[in-house]
Amino acid sequence: MTDSKYFTTTKKGEIFELKAELNSDKKEKKKEAVKKVIASMTVGKDVSALFPDVVNCMQTDNLELKKLVYLYLMNYAKSQPDMAIMAVNTFVKDCEDPNPLIRALAVRTMGCIRVDKITEYLCEPLRKCLKDEDPYVRKTAAVCVAKLHDINAQLVEDQGFLDTLKDLISDSNPMVVANAVAALSEIAESHPNSNLLDLNPQTINKLLTALNECTEWGQIFILDCLANYTPRDDRESQSICERVTPRLSHANSAVVLSAVKVLMKFMEMLPKDLDYYGTLLKKLAPPLVTLLSAEPELQYVALRNINLIVQRRPEILKHEMKVFFVKYNDPIYVKLEKLDIMIRLASQANIAQVLAELKEYATEVDVDFVRKAVRAIGRCAIKVEQSAERCVSTLLDLIQTKVNYVVQEAIVVIKDIFRKYPNKYESVIATLCENLDSLDEPEARAAMIWIVGEYAERIDNADELLESFLEGFHDESTQVQLQLLTAIVKLFLKKPTETQELVQQVLSLATQDSDNPDLRDRGYIYWRLLSTDPVAAKEVVLAEKPLISEETDLIEPTLLEELICHIGTLASVYHKPPSAFVEGSRGVQHKRLPGSAGSGESVESPDTGSAAGVPDAPPAVIPSQGDLLGDLLNLDLTPPATSGPPPPATSGLQLGAMDLLGGGLDSLLGGDLGGGSAMGAGFGAPPAATAAPFSAPVSGGLDDLFDLGGGVGMPMGAYSPPKTVWLPAMKGKGLEISGTFARRGGVIQMEMTLTNKAMSVMTDFAIQFNRNSFGLAPAGPLQVLTPLSPNQSIEVSLPLSTVGPVMKMDPLNNLQVAVKNNIDVFYFSCQYPISMLFVEDGKMERQVFLATWKDIPNDNEAQFQIKDCHLSSDAASSKLQGSNIFTIAKRTVDGQDMLYQSVKLSNGIWVLAELRVQTGNPIFTVCLKCRAPEVSQCVFQSYEAVLKN
Amino acid sequence: MIGGLFIYNHKGEVLISRVYRDDIGRNAVDAFRVNVIHARQQVRSPVTNIARTSFFHVKRSNIWLAAVTKQNVNAAMVFEFLYKMCDVMTAYFGKISEENIKNNFVLIYELLDEILDFGYPQNSETGALKTFITQQGIKGQCQTKEEQSQITSQVTGQIGWRREGIKYRRNELFLDVLESVNLLMSPQGQVLSAHVSGRVVMKSYLSGMPECKFGMNDKIVIDKQGKGGASDDAGKSGKQSIAIDDCTFHQCVRLSKFDSERSISFIPPDGEYELMRYRTTKDIILPFRVIPLVREVGRTKLEVKVVIKSNFKPSLLAQKIEVRIPTPLNTSGVQVICMKGKAKYKASENAIVWKIKRMAGMKESQISAEIELLPTNDKKKWARPPISMNFEVPFAPSGLKVRYLKVFESKLNYSDHDVIKWVRYIGRSGIYETRC
Repeated sequence: MTDSKYFTTTKKGEIFELKAELNSDKKEKKKEAVKKVIASMTVGKDVSALFPDVVNCMQTDNLELKKLVYLYLMNYAKSQPDMAIMAVNTFVKDCEDPNPLIRALAVRTMGCIRVDKITEYLCEPLRKCLKDEDPYVRKTAAVCVAKLHDINAQLVEDQGFLDTLKDLISDSNPMVVANAVAALSEIAESHPNSNLLDLNPQTINKLLTALNECTEWGQIFILDCLANYTPRDDRESQSICERVTPRLSHANSAVVLSAVKVLMKFMEMLPKDLDYYGTLLKKLAPPLVTLLSAEPELQYVALRNINLIVQRRPEILKHEMKVFFVKYNDPIYVKLEKLDIMIRLASQANIAQVLAELKEYATEVDVDFVRKAVRAIGRCAIKVEQSAERCVSTLLDLIQTKVNYVVQEAIVVIKDIFRKYPNKYESVIATLCENLDSLDEPEARAAMIWIVGEYAERIDNADELLESFLEGFHDESTQVQLQLLTAIVKLFLKKPTETQELVQQVLSLATQDSDNPDLRDRGYIYWRLLSTDPVAAKEVVLAEKPLISEETDLIEPTLLEELICHIGTLASVYHKPPSAFVEGSRGVQHKRLPGSAGSGESVESPDTGSAAGVPDAPPAVIPSQGDLLGDLLNLDLTPPATSGPPPPATSGLQLGAMDLLGGGLDSLLGGDLGGGSAMGAGFGAPPAATAAPFSAPVSGGLDDLFDLGGGVGMPMGAYSPPKTVWLPAMKGKGLEISGTFARRGGVIQMEMTLTNKAMSVMTDFAIQFNRNSFGLAPAGPLQVLTPLSPNQSIEVSLPLSTVGPVMKMDPLNNLQVAVKNNIDVFYFSCQYPISMLFVEDGKMERQVFLATWKDIPNDNEAQFQIKDCHLSSDAASSKLQGSNIFTIAKRTVDGQDMLYQSVKLSNGIWVLAELRVQTGNPIFTVCLKCRAPEVSQCVFQSYEAVLKN
Repeated sequence: MIGGLFIYNHKGEVLISRVYRDDIGRNAVDAFRVNVIHARQQVRSPVTNIARTSFFHVKRSNIWLAAVTKQNVNAAMVFEFLYKMCDVMTAYFGKISEENIKNNFVLIYELLDEILDFGYPQNSETGALKTFITQQGIKGQCQTKEEQSQITSQVTGQIGWRREGIKYRRNELFLDVLESVNLLMSPQGQVLSAHVSGRVVMKSYLSGMPECKFGMNDKIVIDKQGKGGASDDAGKSGKQSIAIDDCTFHQCVRLSKFDSERSISFIPPDGEYELMRYRTTKDIILPFRVIPLVREVGRTKLEVKVVIKSNFKPSLLAQKIEVRIPTPLNTSGVQVICMKGKAKYKASENAIVWKIKRMAGMKESQISAEIELLPTNDKKKWARPPISMNFEVPFAPSGLKVRYLKVFESKLNYSDHDVIKWVRYIGRSGIYETRC
């Protein structure tokens, strides 16, 4: 039997021919025709025109044909909902068939057809199948409830299917239990607050019993569900762990990883002095190592997870360094991950071996791998002090190979070694300087410049070296520019006599010729510092730097905790919380590890740690860099992607910096705008020509500075419309409510003025919302503390959350509110500007933006025009930013500015926008793209409101 | 859960496409083709995220299998499922090739419908599947009621891997201990890492629902018995036992029993299956030692001398020995002299391949080669890949020994003695490398 012939027909009259064949009397011919249809469907041809003909073949007792027709139906029912109804009868009939395989097939397929009318008919058969005598039908029906819930959640609740599903957890058949657990877990995920998966010791016991008996897949469902449970005390925790550990010997890696997840989580609750705790730790290592002999793809998943486990509990694998040695034939993704773990496990005990390996890797072929290996050598030096000398000499050997990328990578890490061990290895600087010309990557150039600036007093020709970089200043990347600026200022403070010209040159380049606000601001601050108080400048710029910590790329502890709860899943592969890559409400709940119960001390506590032989708490982790303020304060730390963490005592420095900013501003405002004479006082006069072009950049620069001084880096408040009357006194029995919405510090506020226009005192206020499109709900009770006497007004501000129940409203931003007082309950509806829901982290990565923009179909694009808007594109951009509409990129074509912007709604929907602004033309064009095109209209309204106010 | 499953040929044409979830559109099929199969750079991860959709892929010869999802699925499970899917397809129609997939596409859709429901993997044991999904179409019509319920209870039951009522005239068991020994050795002969990953593969042809018990010279078990029983041979047995680092079992093995008593008991599937996998790192017998000597003579010549020594009982014979000595990319010519076997320079593989058919234990053999190089301007040094080796030996390098395999079937009238049992040990080279 060869079916491949069905793939080959591509003649023109194909559809017509197929139609004839489908209506043929001969059974065999019919079947052949359906196969051809399915083949065409697979390769992506549109065969929906054949719908009625194919459905006609459904009434058959040939099961193979029936399955093919069902397959077709699942694909095309949505496009032909009316026709699909024709199939309902057959489904209903099949659900009564004496053959359990056919009953299951019918209910399974019916759940895959997303047509409302069919869904209605599904309920009765499903109810029967959930109670079917045959376990095969029940296990299929259990999954079908999840399918139905995905189509119409309300229906499932109304029909009471959830309770039936819960009953199935006690089913006698283990596979039915497993599928019921899977379905319930999925449904519970979209109802974060419901108590759907009511896990109590009894149900847990049932699950653990089923765990021993069901298929490998069922075991995974059950273990993943168990991981969500929080045991009541350490004894329960231990007894569950004992029953889960046998799973560590399962042949299926996913079962093993899910078991590891449960154990890692429940272990948190065990007292560290318990014998069992130590036993459990020992039991975890072998299965983790075994995962490394699986197929490469699984190895990759395992390694990403081990990376997390090693960060959380380094003791588990500390003796297993060797298994992470890279094999010559490992795929590159496995190699890179192994390398990461090797560095994490490196310690004084094994450092010699590790270094020998790393040196070997540095001569391999793959560029990324070699770079990482070189970097790893540097990290070993920082981590294990005893090995630093050998690391440095290894790095020098590697520099001698003159392989371009190896040299650059080595210089970047040597810079970190200098930071960690000041005044120890400076003898190598000469060798580094020899390679100055070959550096073409920004990071390496920046590192080299930092080294020259930092050790300017020991390098005779430091000024020449830095000057050579200055020639192409504008072609350098920001990272290099900033570093060069700082390095030259350092050089000037160390050797003021010879380098005055150089420093003036770089300051004017940075402040006058550059559009980059970071660079400009840093330039101004140095200029200001140098001109007012060179001694202070020396103290600030040449301040002693805090030592860098040994671990530089640890995952931030709360994120790590969350990821540990997601072991085995995609989140643990990406090292990102699910909310970062899952759309909508699914899986956005943040999971946490349970606290330790026995000793009452947190796991991180160094006391318990050392008592049980656990290494001390992991060192502080660098928060994400890149914001302007952070950058300014860490004057000397190189900008992004370096390993220098911000000084631990930032607060002190921060105050100083703020003062400094204040003073600087005053004098800038006071006299400098005039001619810059004050600036010249303590310092060589800036070029005379400065005066004229000065005012332009300064205003921009000042705005930046004001932002910093005033809002400490916070965005300006979002636009909030003026208050309108929501409930007139006529309708409110004397209570008048006017209000508006605002977003402050990331919290949506509903601001209301309650006015009592009646004759009696009003008390006992309360508020409630109807379900709405974005799940807005009061985050607390309405706070009206004093009774509202006649003719009195009171201002209330009610914080709102976005985790309430969701129902689509029309218009989308409609909110139905009920307010109660001692007199009556009043209902009104109001509309909130959707910009309230724009969240602060709505700035999309450029690359992601591009990919998403391409990925959203053009049908979802909506275009709008905003008239009479007299703003420049930059002003518009900053105004929009205040309302969390972020500009990602700007492009200018033929005098028309195109701003590419992104917005994220509180429920995770992304809206991408292209704003076109033609200079001198008051009409702006906004083009919106979103996967949920319904929101476009509302978003546009917000655009208009924000830009015009 | 899994939102869709696609199978592509090497050109990126889709052969099978099954969508399980509404959030996966047809464009996902193209997204994978464009971003992974046709990607300009080699893809650097088996998991790819394209516009918030995650793709998992595995490749079998030149066929791509991709699972797609928009949710935070269990990633390990998805890969395990993809491998399982390959196993099931292989069990049904042999090698996974474009031709076989096209020839069996209806069958594949049927299987996909059965083993993945709404993206949740269901029973995927071929033994069970073959009872009701066949290449000749489903048996549906002709089954009796008893047969039907037998099928469903097997598919959902506790012993999903074996059906009732199997009968053989001769009850037979074949047990293979297959080990692959892995080694990474420094040029100086220091063992950098070595481990054995072993598998116990069984072929069982037994009637009824037999209960089996498998025993081996596991150190933990032997020590326990040594403590309880006579202490005189404790030292001796301790020497002969091996320390198993970790082992995993086929789903038929009762894991809780292994955890508590360390005994391996199970009802075996019918036919061939892998009973267990294990890993050892201690006291490994390394069957061969490779001693390399590479000397660079000027910029255009290399002298290589490699000695191999066999390290096992002289009465045993190793087979299929192959030593692979890498040569630089700019090799222009090679002269080889070897004492035993045949050696050839293979320019396309950049290696000298030295093959020896058989070699007894405690022997040694040697090859020497002169490699001439073309002068190049390339500054980069030759990376010197390790010398690798392949072989097969008739013993288990880990030292594992099968102590017993008992069969109990209470309902039928055959006993453990009536079962014919065959045991075989094969040790193969895994990644067996010596740096030079």
